[in-house]
Order: sequence, then C-alpha cells, then structure tokens
Amino acid sequence: MVFCDRHLLGIEQLKQVEILEILDCAEKYVNLNRETKKNSNILSGLTQINMFFENSTRTQASFELAGKRLGADVMNMTMQASSIKKGETLIDTALTLNAMNPDLIVVRHPQSGAVKLLAEKVNCSVINAGDGLHEHPTQALLDALTIRRTKGRLQSLSVAICGDIAHSRVARSNLLLLNKLGNRIRLIGPRTLMPSGVSELGAEVFEDMYLGLNDVDVVMMLRLQNERMDGSFVPSRREYYHRWGLNSEKLSCAKKDVIVMHPGPMNRGVEIDGTLADDINHSVIQDQVEIGVAVRMGVMELLARNVSRQFLKGG
Amino acid sequence: MKILLKNAHLIDPVLDSVKLGYLIVCDDKISKLCYGKVIEDEKFFDRVIDCSEKYLAPGIIDVGVKICEPGERHKESFRTASLAAASGGVTSIITRPDTIPAIDTPEKLEFVIKRADTVSPINIYPMAALTRDRAGSEMTELGLLRDAGAIGFTDCDQVMANNKVLTRCLTYAASLDMLVQGHPQDITLSAGASATSGKFASLKGLPSVNAIAETIGVQRDLAIVELTGVKYHFDQLSTARALDPLKRAKRDGLDVTAGASIHHLTLNEMDIGDYRTFFKIKPPLRAEDDRLAMIEAVADGTIDIISSMHTPQDEESKRLPFEEAASGAVGLETILPASLKLYHNNSISLPKLFRALSLNPAKRFNLNRGTLEPNKKADLVLFDADAPFVLNRFNLNSKSKNTPYDESLMQGKVIKTFVNGQEVYGESINE
Repeated sequence: MVFCDRHLLGIEQLKQVEILEILDCAEKYVNLNRETKKNSNILSGLTQINMFFENSTRTQASFELAGKRLGADVMNMTMQASSIKKGETLIDTALTLNAMNPDLIVVRHPQSGAVKLLAEKVNCSVINAGDGLHEHPTQALLDALTIRRTKGRLQSLSVAICGDIAHSRVARSNLLLLNKLGNRIRLIGPRTLMPSGVSELGAEVFEDMYLGLNDVDVVMMLRLQNERMDGSFVPSRREYYHRWGLNSEKLSCAKKDVIVMHPGPMNRGVEIDGTLADDINHSVIQDQVEIGVAVRMGVMELLARNVSRQFLKGG
Repeated sequence: MKILLKNAHLIDPVLDSVKLGYLIVCDDKISKLCYGKVIEDEKFFDRVIDCSEKYLAPGIIDVGVKICEPGERHKESFRTASLAAASGGVTSIITRPDTIPAIDTPEKLEFVIKRADTVSPINIYPMAALTRDRAGSEMTELGLLRDAGAIGFTDCDQVMANNKVLTRCLTYAASLDMLVQGHPQDITLSAGASATSGKFASLKGLPSVNAIAETIGVQRDLAIVELTGVKYHFDQLSTARALDPLKRAKRDGLDVTAGASIHHLTLNEMDIGDYRTFFKIKPPLRAEDDRLAMIEAVADGTIDIISSMHTPQDEESKRLPFEEAASGAVGLETILPASLKLYHNNSISLPKLFRALSLNPAKRFNLNRGTLEPNKKADLVLFDADAPFVLNRFNLNSKSKNTPYDESLMQGKVIKTFVNGQEVYGESINE
C-alpha cells in the first residue's frame, strides 16, 4: 500500500511506485470487465458524483461505468446547465455538494487548477478528469497500462506524442508519467502548437514527423480542434494533414512493431489516416477505451481504501 | 552557345571594383571573368561582343514588383512587365502577391508561375501572401505555398495589426525557414495620410503621417522577429530615425535586412509640387534630410536592397485629387538610370549600387545569381552610364505610364540585357 493520497489530481504528485500500484490494481479489472458478470461490491454504499463542467461523452461514460461496476451509487451532473449559469462560484458549488456527503467526486473543468481548488473544499476524494490545459491523470494511466500490456514493459521505450501539444492536458500527463518510468519522450508538432520551454520538461522536440517518428515504439496522436486549424495556429486542415497527419508512410519511419494510440475523439483525415486508425496491426485505440474503464476502477478502489483508512485513523 | 563579352568595364559588387576586362558566357552560365586584354582565340566563340568600354554588371534583381495579373491586366501583364524589365536591365523580378485576388493559395500561385513561364523571358519569383486576402487574421498555407514555389511571404502594404496573429505567422514561417517581408508602419498613425508631416504637407493642406510611424513599425516588427527568429526583410525604409533600430538589430545578430525604393532615394516631398499624383507613393515621399540619410545608409550597407517598388496604376486612378488618387509608381525601366543619379552625383559608387541592386537581393532570396562570378547564371546588363536622355513616359513598355520621372533629364541607357545567357533586350553595338 504505497498510494495513500486522498485525491488523484495529477501525475505530477505521484511517485513511480504509486503509478505502478495503480496499474497493477487496474490490471485485474481488465479481466473482470471481460467476464459476463462484471460487477463487484467494493464501492457498495458509496456515492460517486461526476461533475463535468466541460462537454464529455467518453470520459464521463467511462467513469460512470467504472463506478457502477464497483457498486457505487453514481450521479451525473452536467454543470453547464445548472448552477454556474445562475452565477454560483465553484467554491459554493463544492460546499453545497459536500453537504450531501458524497464519497467520491469526479471533476472535469475547463480551467487549469480548478479541480485542485474544489478538492481543497470538500471532505471526500476527488479525481481529476481533466482540468484546462493542465492534467488528465486517468488518461495517462490508461495509456500507460495499454502500453505495458502490448509492449510487455513500461520503461526504455521511445514514445512520440504528436500534434497540438500546447493545448493538450493529455500530453502533459503522459509526458510526466512516461518520464517518471524512464522512457524517452519526443514531442512532434508545429512550432505554433509547441508550448514554450517544453524541452526543459524532459522531452526532445521535433517539427518534422519523419525525423521525430524515427525508430519510436509508441506513437500517441492528439486531437486537433477545428478552431485551431483555421489559419490561427496552423494554416489549414489539408496543410496540417500533409505535414503532421499520421499515415502509413510517416509511420514506416517508426519501429516495425510500433503501436498507434489516440485519446479520442479522432478527426480522421486530419491528424490520422482513417485506415491506419483501424489497422489492427498497429492501432490500439479501441484497447485504450476498454482499459480506460479498468484503470478508473483501479483508481477508485485505491481511493476508497485510502478514504476508509483515513476515516479509521481520524476516528 | 559561347559568348565573349570583351572590352567591358566589369562591375564587381563582391570585390567592390570596376575594371576593364572580359567575360565569357557558356550556355546559361558565366564561365570566366578576366581583367585586361583578351587572351582567348575569338574563333572559338559563337558570338563576340565588343562592349566598347561600357559597363557590364550583374542583372538587376527587383524585389517587390507588382504585376497586375490576375485581376488588373489592363494595368500590367506578365508580358509587358517583362518587356519593361528587360529594357531596364532587370533580369529577375520578385513579385508581390497584392493582386486581385491576393496570391494566398497554392492554386493561385500555380497560375502565377504558369503565366510567368509562358510569357516571360526573364526570371520571375513569386512571393505569396502571409495571411488570407492579406487581411491579417488567418495564416495562409505557408508550407504548401513554399512547396508550390513561393520564395517568401508578405502581406505587402497591409500591416498586420494583431500581434498575436503576427507572432504565430512568423513562428510558423520560421519553422519553414522562409523569409517574411514586412511593411513597417504604425497604421493608426498613417491612416488617411497622403504626405509626410512637415512644412510642405501643412502648406498644401494634405493629411499627413509623422515619420515616427515608420520607427514604431520597425521596432514592433523587430521585437517579434527577435522572439520568433524568423528571417525578415523590411520592404522599404524611408526615414532617418528608422535606421537606428535596424542597425541595432543587425548588430545584435537578428536575421534582418531592409530595402529602400529608388523613389525615396531620388525624390523628396517637395517634388509633389502642385499635387502631382504621380509622386504619390506609399510610404509618402519624405523630407530631404531623410532622403540623404537613406542614401548614406545604402552606401554603408545598413540598407541592403534598392528596389523599384514597381506599382502600375492606370490614368484614371491617378487623375484624381491627391488624397483620393492611387499610390504607387512604375519603376522597372527607370530603376537603373535613376540609381545612376546617385553615382553621377558621387553619392554611391557603381559596385555599391550593384551590391544593392543585384548581389544583396540574390543573397537574401537564395538565388544563384547577382554577381559576375563563374558558375553563376548569366544574368547581365550592359549599359552606357553616361548616355543622356529625356524620359517620355509614353515610350515606356509598361502598360501603365505612372512614372514620376516623366520629362526629367536622366543619364544611363541599357544596351543589352541577358537572362540565363540569352539576350532578351538589345540595341546594336560592335559585334
């Protein structure tokens, strides 16, 4: 029992052993999720609230399913529609919810640091499901487990993260996690989408896909949002695809057994060739979704354990 | 085809010298340059030209020429611009994308390149727009435009107001290692102006812009150039005070160069006289002190490039009240005799003139031209620097005749122009 935090707010605070403990714990749920009877009662009697201040389909579904399979009472709150419209501050919303005694709150918020602020105001566990451009820890954990299951290891790999690095919390969390486990990270993308000073965070920066993908074991593609392709950050969809879209020609620079990942939702024909995304020889994009549920179950199990331990200690 | 050009005063901008000698052209390239008497056997040449001690120089590379195709072919076409260039000793043109529509997609650029290939015997290198419609809000497809043959990017005289957009465009251009050309000006100060602030504009009642607007533009651009590391060229500087930040930037190692238009080097605001619209250019003609400072800057190398800023305008767009009239002047055919004014009044030597007319533009735009060195493309101009003439604008080859030098006495006539070893303009001389 090494992971003993009350919250999961980011990868930055985690030690290598804690990451590995979460992955090991999640591993067993991958198998459970493939059974016909998938439920467990580990979270039975606990209340989980999913608060999404930003649109999400897959992450929210993944957390909801994870909670339900572990036996928790899950409630989804779509925050755009509710109190913030009426002018309530984030802290007041947190205090209101806290008064209802939840055990676990899963939060996504468009502003960096907002999840941490909320976590400071409640008595239960908080999972960061994405805050602004900052972190998306469960995504990095599920990516790590996907890599470990396909590659058989999670160190000494060469991993390329490609695309809109500047606006990606997935890239930040992955960079932190993979670095902590001793991998080589390359960031590839247009200079206009590369955050400043990023090379000091322990990554090699490339602009040319052909050079950047040379001999890598893993390629992680990132989504490029439509509004960033319109001549603001990059000139156009077709120029972006031409220079940074992943196709089999560019992928041929990587190792033969390279795997291709994408956090979804994909823009086929923008950052990734549609056929390649479906190529079972390389693409593990569907596996990521499957493993995502298991990883979230693992995280919840550990947090629930920590909460009850702290409760006993405190009591 | 082997051509011997003998008995010529060879202008070498690299060695900064003018010496009597001869030059051998083999097919499209210069193969040999020698000083002194010819030691070759003339019968081995297909053509021997006795230059009669006239001047032979690398052909002029004119940066920032507007050819009005597409959109306004009645003002200038690739054919007429090429004729004008060839007769003016201009062997390469770097075109501006401020046509109608602007050259802002690879498809439009392809049209320009195809038209140039079909009708023009001289070298034409197109620049493409930096933002769509040159509107300053959305970056063009810089990578695809580069692949399609764009030699650099510019929004011409449209100054980008939004520093965020400018920073992103320059960052992206820098990542492609492409040159961006800017027009230094503070557009809030220059809005509506048609002359330079001072006694003349006040007397004539013309809306004017203070020369400081150019300094502000230069300083703004340089700050972003420093941030992004882009290769940057100011299309034209015209004021003394703008030179200091430029000098400092060069000293600090920024990859930055600057041009000046021949009009700003040879004319001043007083020439506008009684609201003569052929003297309305952008930026406006400046005070005499500024003109003198610019000449000095060309001589000492602070200003790298002299260009004509060839901007054809039809009669109707100039036959209007001064404020309303279109800006710009044609210059392809007058850039050489006008530049020679600076030589005749002992302001700038011939090699230094050709450093700014040929050598530096070639260097800046990575063209294998611009000097008389062996293995360079044989782009040459043979001219008589002293021949006097009175310019009659109706004799110009350009479709538009809007030259400020109309009826003025000039010296310097082109005898022959060669592009890639081919004679594209020629008057008879001893052969």
